Amino acid sequence: MNTTGDARILEVDDLVVRYPVARGLVGTLARRPKQQVHAVEGVSFTLRRGEMLALVGESGCGKTTTAQAVLRLVDADAGTITLQGQDISKTPRGQLRGLRRRVQIIYQDPYESLDPRFTVRRTVEEPMKIHKIGGDESERRERVAAALARVGLEPPDLFLERYPHELSGGQRQRVVVAASLVLEPELLVADEPVSMLDVSVRAGVLELFDALRRSGLAILMITHDLSTAAHYADRIAVMYLGRIVEEGPAKEVVNDPQHPYTKALMSVIPDADPRKRRTAQILSGETPNPVTVPPGCRFHPRCPLVASGRALEVGMEERCRGEDLGLAEVLPGHFAACHLAAPAQVSGA
Amino acid sequence: MSETILSVEDLHVWFDLPRGGVLHAVQGVSLSVDRGERFGLVGESGCGKTTTILAMMGLLPPNATVSGRVLLEGEDVLAEGERSARPHRWVDISMIFQGAMNALNPVQTVGAQILEPMELHGYATGVDARERAGTLLELVGIGRDRLDRFPHEFSGGMRQRAAIAMALACEPKVILADEPTTALDVMVQAQILGLLERLSEELGLTVILVTHDLPLVAHVCHRAAVMYGGILAEVGPMDALYHDPRHPYTRMLFSAVPDPTGESEVISIPGAPPRLDRPIPGCPFEPRCDRAFEPCSSVRPRQISLTDGREASCHLNDPALTEAS
Amino acid sequence: MSVADMETKLPAAEATPARRGTVRSVLRERPSAIVGLAVVVFFILVAIFGPMLSPYGVHEKIGTPFTPPSLSHPLGLDDAGIDMVTLLMQGARVSLVVGFAASLIAILIGALVGVTAGYFGGKSDVALMRVTDYFLVVPDLVLMIVIASIWGQKLIYIIIVIGALLWTGTARVLRAQVKSIRERVYVRRSLALGGSNGHTIVQHVLPQVSPLIVANAVLLIAVAIFDETALAYLGLGDPTAISWGKLIKNASEAAAVSAGAWWAIVPPGLCVATVILACTLIGQALEDALNPRLKASYLAARGFRIRRLREDEP
Repeated sequence: MNTTGDARILEVDDLVVRYPVARGLVGTLARRPKQQVHAVEGVSFTLRRGEMLALVGESGCGKTTTAQAVLRLVDADAGTITLQGQDISKTPRGQLRGLRRRVQIIYQDPYESLDPRFTVRRTVEEPMKIHKIGGDESERRERVAAALARVGLEPPDLFLERYPHELSGGQRQRVVVAASLVLEPELLVADEPVSMLDVSVRAGVLELFDALRRSGLAILMITHDLSTAAHYADRIAVMYLGRIVEEGPAKEVVNDPQHPYTKALMSVIPDADPRKRRTAQILSGETPNPVTVPPGCRFHPRCPLVASGRALEVGMEERCRGEDLGLAEVLPGHFAACHLAAPAQVSGA
Repeated sequence: MSETILSVEDLHVWFDLPRGGVLHAVQGVSLSVDRGERFGLVGESGCGKTTTILAMMGLLPPNATVSGRVLLEGEDVLAEGERSARPHRWVDISMIFQGAMNALNPVQTVGAQILEPMELHGYATGVDARERAGTLLELVGIGRDRLDRFPHEFSGGMRQRAAIAMALACEPKVILADEPTTALDVMVQAQILGLLERLSEELGLTVILVTHDLPLVAHVCHRAAVMYGGILAEVGPMDALYHDPRHPYTRMLFSAVPDPTGESEVISIPGAPPRLDRPIPGCPFEPRCDRAFEPCSSVRPRQISLTDGREASCHLNDPALTEAS
Repeated sequence: MSVADMETKLPAAEATPARRGTVRSVLRERPSAIVGLAVVVFFILVAIFGPMLSPYGVHEKIGTPFTPPSLSHPLGLDDAGIDMVTLLMQGARVSLVVGFAASLIAILIGALVGVTAGYFGGKSDVALMRVTDYFLVVPDLVLMIVIASIWGQKLIYIIIVIGALLWTGTARVLRAQVKSIRERVYVRRSLALGGSNGHTIVQHVLPQVSPLIVANAVLLIAVAIFDETALAYLGLGDPTAISWGKLIKNASEAAAVSAGAWWAIVPPGLCVATVILACTLIGQALEDALNPRLKASYLAARGFRIRRLREDEP
């Protein structure tokens, strides 16, 4: 999947999002220092037309906050977000309506995404009414039908007057996508779009996203499931504690991971084939909370390379403990933020 | 390893629906689990797997009707309903409920919650019970010093471990785990699964793992049963289920799961699970099956034994029928 | 939302029937609500048509005070010699008007405060809740007495005062409900789509809370009627308005009890009690229906049934 000219839809540059942690009365009185949740600490990526980027990570890594910042549902503390060349990170709140047309979000929970009192038709029509587009009644009706057909809910007439409780999870998710498509967005953000659907249904909905991608839509997919990302995304960005620690072509990231965190994740993902059992690298403990970020490489306290002494062997341990770092190109188009992964410094890693 | 500890014989469960009608949630399921085995019960929503394990503990609501037998070490747990089921609960067979880690009592210390079943069943009291509770916490990988902490002081993974400790309070022989890792990150999931594996090996615990996550079961369990529409589609060793499935649903389910390398094709299964409030004459999977043939829509397939402990409910395994078509 | 924060809900194979027209369906299902509704409707009809249909006037002195009931006067005459039935019907008018009007005012204020506080949260929530707390703390009847004494005793003031003190409960309840609805995915989605706050509130939030508003409104009618009755009995009501409370006051001041004239004092009291009871029945039925029903949890199980399968069953 290569760039088609300069078809860059989304450029995120050095995004920072922090939340203050409530101190409570005691904390305020005792003058405890104000703490912050470092949800996103300098994230940069690019998304092109017809490309799907998967933001992958465990809870607390900042992937959802990143998506919310892109949608301006949350305000960034620093960094820029550019949508088709236009800086949207500074647009005042009151002028965001235009943005809301161009970027759409699909939420994780299809059972709560639809207003139970709205028919399918009303749900899909609502965006058009909000933005006052789509022409008159009959034109809107046609658009609704076309959107439903596009998401695989055919014949549309069968679904128009249904209520959400009459639809399955997969169908509801498709309705949400249809409602997003009527606005003809440039970018679709999908937050765990299939994790609440039955396994047998997931592939169908993901296929839909794939079809939309091929028709030119740029898709940012948030997921914790590396396998799904490997199948459907063009590129994967692995996040840990507010940073992207690895980014590259999807299949490459899963088959040849360059960052020890990604390697550990890949090793613990169960394979359905019982014959394929890898040695699991189970990291000790759990992801530290994003309030207190470790110094140096933020992964070093749990890093198998540090724990096993490998980092010491190659003389990198001090840097791992003390020197924070960003992404570096380790292979063509494949980036990792690891002192031991830079090709120039490691001998026979 | 080949001694049967739990066996389910022709289990049926019906639920009375509030607006009349009956939901036939479990339709004649039979399976047997060996002592010390890790057994998976896999299926998607509405297939009846949770109802099946609830029946194993006799934890069914008043609007449920049950038929069939659940033999725990030879004794029929369901023989007299609540009366016969209750004595076994927690002492012989216990359960980690779905979302257990979020269902811990927020105003009781974790230690107290582990203690409670011990004292309730007369298993241990006072200092002795506390000592045991501490040991259990250590067993599941939490320090003994955490006994007097409250659940909100624990992370999600630790709370799930605490739930496991609670389930082990009275040294049961069988543990039923309902989606034990669903809401957990993949790394924590690996830790919990590793814990369950270790416990089953070290303590000889029989674990029945209920989940919709096929790769998880493939990773942890020796054998598994695949359920669909209230029936048992197939039972067998994990390897056989993956490499030589005898029910189209098993095969299609595996194909619907993306593999971690991103290589093989992922295929969804069109259609939706059947409604169980109406009788289904033939095979419940028939409308979605890619190999359905003549008898499938009218004749219900029986659960048939195949070679070496494998069973399947599919006409394709019946040579008489396949030859005739 | 991260994976670790959510419990994955595995949906039931059976879709849960939606609650369409909740208010109507509840009334249909609960006999107490139907009875209550019938009673209220009866009184409304009486209030509208009664005084017109009565052969006697509301101020028409017909005979001796405290004349006992007879065929032509089923409830006798009051302390001024006026037909009790006519007075009761007129009383229905006043009491019901006060009840409905005050309830309406209370609901409007309560809904405005509650929805605003619940939806917008933050500083406005804090401010509005402080105001609500102040109003909540004030003893209703005492304040009403004070204000009635200061402003004077016209019916419209009574209605306003009652309404202005009654809204706090509704505000709190609505705030809680709106806060939780605000977090629902489809509400957040409406905003993410570019919908304005107004659009979202009107299209998505209000329809969800309207059953609760209705339930509250009905219960407030009961309270308002009681408050008016109490005020009138204490002599703080509108002296020109013939409400049930006024009738009780008149009768008790004229020593109806010692005169044995139960027909002058008991019927108005009964009417008040009946209407209040009826409204309460309706309101509580609605509120009950709106509470998330505790599912027959398997953990509360005691006794499933066993059935031996016959040979012929599948």
